[in-house]
Amino acid sequence: MAVASSDTAIRTSRITRAFIYLFLLLFALFYLLPFGIMLVNSLKPLSEITGGNMIALPREWTIEPWLSAWSTAQIGVQPTGLRPYFINSLMMAIPAVILSTVVGALNGYVLTKWRFRGDTIIFGMLLFSCFIPFQIVLIPMARILGILQIAGTTPGLIMVHFVYGIGFTTLYFRNYYAAFPTELVRAAQIDGAGFFQIFWRIMLPSSGPIIAVSFIWQFTNIWNDFLFGASFASGDAAPMTVALNNLVNSSTGVREYNVHFAGAIMAAAPTLLVYIVAGRYFVRGLMAGSVKG
Amino acid sequence: MGFLDIDNVTKSYGAVEVLHRVDISVEEGEFLVLVGPSGCGKSTLLNMIAGLEGITSGEIKIKDRVMNGVHPSKRNIAMVFQSYALYPNMTVGQNITFGLEMHGTPKEERDKAMKEVAQLLQIEPLLTRKPGQLSGGQRQRVAMGRALVRNPDVFLFDEPLSNLDAKLRVDMRTEIKKLHQRLGTTIVYVTHDQIEAMTLSTRIAVMYDGYVQQLGTPKEIYDSPANLFVATFMGSPAMNVLPAKLVERNGALHAVLTGAEGQEIALRIENAPAAYQSYKDADVFLGIRPEAITDPEGADRNARNIQGFTNGVTVTEPAGADTFVTMTLSGKDCIARMRADADVHPGQPFEFAVNMDKAVLFDPKTEERIG
Repeated sequence: MAVASSDTAIRTSRITRAFIYLFLLLFALFYLLPFGIMLVNSLKPLSEITGGNMIALPREWTIEPWLSAWSTAQIGVQPTGLRPYFINSLMMAIPAVILSTVVGALNGYVLTKWRFRGDTIIFGMLLFSCFIPFQIVLIPMARILGILQIAGTTPGLIMVHFVYGIGFTTLYFRNYYAAFPTELVRAAQIDGAGFFQIFWRIMLPSSGPIIAVSFIWQFTNIWNDFLFGASFASGDAAPMTVALNNLVNSSTGVREYNVHFAGAIMAAAPTLLVYIVAGRYFVRGLMAGSVKG
Repeated sequence: MGFLDIDNVTKSYGAVEVLHRVDISVEEGEFLVLVGPSGCGKSTLLNMIAGLEGITSGEIKIKDRVMNGVHPSKRNIAMVFQSYALYPNMTVGQNITFGLEMHGTPKEERDKAMKEVAQLLQIEPLLTRKPGQLSGGQRQRVAMGRALVRNPDVFLFDEPLSNLDAKLRVDMRTEIKKLHQRLGTTIVYVTHDQIEAMTLSTRIAVMYDGYVQQLGTPKEIYDSPANLFVATFMGSPAMNVLPAKLVERNGALHAVLTGAEGQEIALRIENAPAAYQSYKDADVFLGIRPEAITDPEGADRNARNIQGFTNGVTVTEPAGADTFVTMTLSGKDCIARMRADADVHPGQPFEFAVNMDKAVLFDPKTEERIG
């Protein structure tokens, strides 16, 4: 049976091949090293870190730092652990991601299939919002949150991230839908489907890859955001990133590096998980959106 | 008043008028084909009938009801698109019944209608498949099923066969014709393929440059083209258009051409329309279809006026059923369509027979047919 050959134009001997793989393996290990060190040190008692080698495996394995970081560590002045802030981040990120994805999808749908006078200008302005630096937004946004009386709360943060994300999600969906056959929309119109029925029954079921892109992009950005979180949600409403900073910077007592490492992994885990679960759709969706669009 | 009336309709994009005062009246059960090269406005006109594009001025009426501004779904039309436009996320069955569902038809009726249509088009085994799992011909059938199930007043076809390979295209062409004969529905069909237009239609509108050049039955279009564009667009190989001089000899008009060796060839015209008289001694274009030029034995026995002439043969192209013979007449290539076994050889003179019943004359300036 004929099998596609994996030979390259350059003939490679076994030894060269072995070197290539060795090289690749070394690089992979090198990139994994920081995470490895975090993981190893989060499973050690504090004495092993302060008294010895950071790279060595624990002599005495313990999950105590994880428990402490999660529920009892000092965050600012309260010994609450990271748990309430982890929940804050979820409460902020999930609605913001869903809202911005839905609005981006609707924008993309309208901008490609229901063209109107000036639509390119509107798209240009939405696109421009992707390039506005965070810092410029801070003061006007603080003012608006104040007027809306949602300053310092999770709903306030949701709004900030939702509004800031629309530009990106619109860009993704518009490019994706530009390659979506307009004849399908016309056929649905003749079949009697309305604006939202076409969106819901025809467009969305074919939008899997780009929804994944929008979801991953938005979730990663919103979860990892520090500036907006630190500026607009103080105290109990702070997201995970701000809480992690507070954990590490707590000035009372000894610095519990093992607890810090555990907390940092907790803060990074959701984005890591999202990439592992939906990562392949990310690449596929990006290709579909950009190359064909 | 027809069944579908296109009444003085124009279409402009900004200041540019792309469709100029189109006036077509379609009777119930007619098969109207809009044919023309790319950019002639035929698809625009179809989309205007469907309601997918606005009407700048004039009226479109279906069953005497003015359709300007009426939503596509409320015109009781169905459309088959060039790309078929099947919803990729739905099964064949769901594709067919989507329109009924949107119009609020109850589930039992939808299923019944779907079964009937599936039976008619022989796509019953495909009903649970997705469009991605179908071949081109099957998709074409499903697209037609989706149109048929609605039981519309008018069917609109937008180049439905252009994505199929040559053999399948011929099969589906016959299929569409059969379907039309069986159901007797009113159809407006857009194509750029003149053979599709000739074979399918009961009437043809030849369009070019935003104008309807000629509207008529396939025979009228073929035998009496209104102008040079229609004459050369319809028919393959195209009609021969030869510069000639119209002179009177022995009381009859003759079209005088120049042969390959510079010899004069005068072809007598009988039963000349009165309009020919005003072109006496003037230059005209003589239009002759390739099949009207044959060898003397192969000439049409029913023709009343067959004229012979001798001319040099440039090229012969045996095509199996026919042999195409190219010669030079009045400085132009002129193609004759012979029987396959006609004894013609390139480089030698040959005696041709022209069926002058079928010849038409065109004014060289206006390019309109004379008479």
